[in-house]
Amino acid sequence: MAPEAISDLEFRHLTKRYGEVEAVSGIDLSVPKGAFLAILGPSGCGKTTCLRMIGGFEQPTEGEVRIAGQVVNGIPAYQRPVNMVFQHYALFPHMNVAENVGYGLRQMRPRLPSTEIDRRVGEALEMVRLGSFAKRRTHEMSGGQQQRVALARAIVNRPKILLLDEPLAALDKKLRGDMQLELLQLQRELGITFVLVTHDQEEALSMADLVCVMSAGRISQLGTPQEVYDHPTDLFVADFVGKTNRIPVTVDGGVLRLADGRALPGASALHGSAIAALRPEAIRIARAGDGLPGTVTHRIFLGSFAEYAVAVPGIGDILVTTDRRGATEADLIAPGEAVCLTYDPAAVLVFPQ
Amino acid sequence: MALSAAARKRWVTAALLAPAGLWLFFFLALPFLAILVFSLGERAPAGGYQPALTLANYLNLPARGAAFLNTALLAPVGAALCLAIAYPAAWFLALRVDPRHRLLLVALMIVPFWTSMLVRTYAWMYLLGARGIPQLLEMIGIENIRLINTPGAVLLGIVYGYLPLMVMPIYVSLEKLDRRLLEASSDLGARPMSTFLTVTLPLSMPGVMTGVALVSILLLGEYLIPQMLGGGKVYFIGNALVDLFLQSRNWPFGSAIAVTLVLGVVGVLLITMRIAWKVSGTRQMDLV
Repeated sequence: MAPEAISDLEFRHLTKRYGEVEAVSGIDLSVPKGAFLAILGPSGCGKTTCLRMIGGFEQPTEGEVRIAGQVVNGIPAYQRPVNMVFQHYALFPHMNVAENVGYGLRQMRPRLPSTEIDRRVGEALEMVRLGSFAKRRTHEMSGGQQQRVALARAIVNRPKILLLDEPLAALDKKLRGDMQLELLQLQRELGITFVLVTHDQEEALSMADLVCVMSAGRISQLGTPQEVYDHPTDLFVADFVGKTNRIPVTVDGGVLRLADGRALPGASALHGSAIAALRPEAIRIARAGDGLPGTVTHRIFLGSFAEYAVAVPGIGDILVTTDRRGATEADLIAPGEAVCLTYDPAAVLVFPQ
Repeated sequence: MALSAAARKRWVTAALLAPAGLWLFFFLALPFLAILVFSLGERAPAGGYQPALTLANYLNLPARGAAFLNTALLAPVGAALCLAIAYPAAWFLALRVDPRHRLLLVALMIVPFWTSMLVRTYAWMYLLGARGIPQLLEMIGIENIRLINTPGAVLLGIVYGYLPLMVMPIYVSLEKLDRRLLEASSDLGARPMSTFLTVTLPLSMPGVMTGVALVSILLLGEYLIPQMLGGGKVYFIGNALVDLFLQSRNWPFGSAIAVTLVLGVVGVLLITMRIAWKVSGTRQMDLV
């Protein structure tokens, strides 16, 4: 391996079995230094197991975990240059904020002078904007504040990799948005590799610069958020990352045909039964025109945009999202109205069934 | 008559508290008051109590100094021995044992409690007696070993009898310990020993203190074990009380000893609670 290609984190054919159950099945992954990786997947896909193998709480059954080029298999958590922000923060209830944050520094050997510890704890607390909370007890704090204590407690040790286990899951939507921005800013300031595990695709897409979609112990796709969203490699990724309309088709000489024999705009090199995937926002909805005729069955008004469920004969329900931009009240279509759906044929992705 | 919501709430609260309150009044406060009054009185010529107002009984306490000394020595040592054995056992049960076997092992720990303490102590009396272990030792050439009626026998009985009472509260406090805190500690670079000293031990302190308080308090009033395994040579305050009330019928002196004992128990409780608060950093004394 060439020295310039040394990555901060690497999995080589990483496998974890619990008895008969294979949680992680031989995955390979390489994360460049300073990247923000999000491991995204439904619960039970093996993403948390991967994180715990990086942290040292689980040992691989087969394969290797490498941190900064070093194989860390068998090295216990307390000797690894990584720190974790736990899902429910796992703050020590018998210590105040400053004691929690300074915990890792007090474990260092040779011992750090207490003035040094105090200074670094203060810095870390400033970084997460909790400068005046040092003497607080953690159970007196809100969820968002506890989250920041957990963050400060992890970054104060200057780890090579920061692990985040569903860090925003317990926060309300508004706070989650703020924390996402703060995490991004923090990552830029620190310049260390972040590995975030989440089942929330929005969280993964908005923060990470590398998204790893996992399913059933394997990596389904690894790419930038835009690649994963626009060019999903399979139907699972298309479905899990964002919403997708799935339309059963038969591909015949490059042409997509619906069950009733009509041609559906779009093309594919496949042959036989397949699923055409179409993003709701790729579809235009109009009261008249050429395209797929249908009837609006539901409308969900979401302020900046609206979602329509349109019953299209021969296909079923199609989900359409429309941007509010430039649209007036008169442009909102009511349930029961007949509409016409059009889209750019290039937006159709066809996957084998 | 219509009661206001607040008045009704007061009545309901009072009604709910009444059974416990009456119980405490009639079976704790009133008897204690009686003992207090007795302790200031005199022994009637034929035994029992006759009214007086004197501190003579309290001044006479040194006459039972041996009982106080034995209790004050053997009860803490017994509790400490129980703790020394119980903590590792509870730690192992709560944190190391496969959860599938845990229930069985905890049950095994408690099973001896289903047999009467009297029967179990009697068994030890036989084991330690001349025809028990000493006889076995004689067969392999070790002679003249006396086990029964020694402080060691009493201690053994104490540890044997009270161990489950110490294990259970510690086990419960370790069992409900959030494992992620241990992982967080390890993640932050703490070696296992350091994690134990800085996280596990402080957070299990309420359990330790409950166990110590429970065992110490019961030991301060212990009667059976010293009676059977100490054979009248190693006797506790409990034995002195039985003697004074039932044999020599010196109720006032017995009462003075009882009052002193109760004050001692309260003192032990206060001290253990103080320590628990200090170590666990909270002002709560969970009874687990």
